[in-house]
Amino acid sequence: MAFLEVKNVRIAGMSAGVPKRVINNMEQFNDFSKDYDAAAFVEQTGVLERRVDNIPTSDLCVPAAVQLMNDLGWEKAEVDAVLFVSQNTDYILPATACIIQERLGLSKECYAMDIAMGCSGWVYGLSAALSLMQGGTIKKALLMCGDGKRRSQYDGPLFGFAGTVTALVYDKGCSSIKFHLGTDGGSYDAIIIPDGGARNQVTPKSFELEEFDGKMVHRLESRMKGMDVFAFGISTVPKSVKQLSEHFGIDYQDADYYVFHQANMKMNNMIMKKLKLPQEKVPSCMYYFGNTSSASIPLTIVTQLGDKCQGHKRFLCCGFGVGLSWGTVVFETDNLVLSKLVEVEEDKNTKWV
Amino acid sequence: MELKDFIANFAEQFDETDVNEFKPETVFHDLEEYSSLVALSIIAMINEEYDVTLKGDDMSAAVTIEDLFNIVKSKM
Repeated sequence: MAFLEVKNVRIAGMSAGVPKRVINNMEQFNDFSKDYDAAAFVEQTGVLERRVDNIPTSDLCVPAAVQLMNDLGWEKAEVDAVLFVSQNTDYILPATACIIQERLGLSKECYAMDIAMGCSGWVYGLSAALSLMQGGTIKKALLMCGDGKRRSQYDGPLFGFAGTVTALVYDKGCSSIKFHLGTDGGSYDAIIIPDGGARNQVTPKSFELEEFDGKMVHRLESRMKGMDVFAFGISTVPKSVKQLSEHFGIDYQDADYYVFHQANMKMNNMIMKKLKLPQEKVPSCMYYFGNTSSASIPLTIVTQLGDKCQGHKRFLCCGFGVGLSWGTVVFETDNLVLSKLVEVEEDKNTKWV
Repeated sequence: MELKDFIANFAEQFDETDVNEFKPETVFHDLEEYSSLVALSIIAMINEEYDVTLKGDDMSAAVTIEDLFNIVKSKM
């Protein structure tokens, strides 16, 4: 069983970058699929607006990182590690984290690595970063999570773009951070981009539209077995929360805030109901930002709890989705620094390869 | 688990369809109001009421409401 307890590292702050451009689902996508009804979609998924633009994930994370380091008073030279969690990296290679080291002006004595995870990615990234830091030689690290511009044309009413940054600091004696992590690779095709990897290389056929779940999609865009993912979420998340509580002997009802991956309102309401959680302790941002993949937990905290994290707070968070993969984490914060949301416009000036 | 109660629970997931349209032999995929979002409500109801987690394939395999009832029953 994948339980993990990490000591001597705490979450110091969070920030988030989103495209400035707002898409309203009531005004778009009227013919998204054959049974698509915009009003019913908005009512049932809880997604009215999304931020979407021609902006890669890293261009959302970098300004958010600058803002957060500024708000925390961190010097560039102090950052010992950068982890970049995304399914939409800048290039197939090199790792985007390496490029970010240079863009942020961090020391060359910096640990930098990409992690390819989606909706569970913030919890997985956190577990990896904290494990790296608990020895005490890496004292400050930035965990970047999110998905911006896709590798190929994307068109759908559920997902929004966001890039987030979580600042982690070695702090001997702080309260421990506890995890439960799980995987079901048997459902690897529940959410999948079939072509473009090494198994199915890109060919002209990859761009041909085919029908999947009532929608016309090509093989370089993400396709989802919605019902399977829904059933997975409502059954696995409450179980994971309970497993973590039992393993560590804690009462999950004690948290100040429960922040779940923002999958869709129908799924999240069901999870909240099954765990008997009071709505006022379960913040949500999907109405304004949609499902933002691995960015959704920190984005919810930054945008919904900006003025509510003074003093000591206890959090329970769970990320779940593509893999299938899930992770639940319990942590405490003291005067968590939350930067103001960074709104980003497309950068048309920088020349990239 | 009674078929009559299952049909009542099933019918509750619809807003506009007349309650008399829900019978054991109803081909639910053909109901005008049935959509992928309604299917999610049905999966949620079955998870909550019967502690059974259905997949998309189960929903497709069932033609009538009674078929779905039998699938749920077989997984209990």
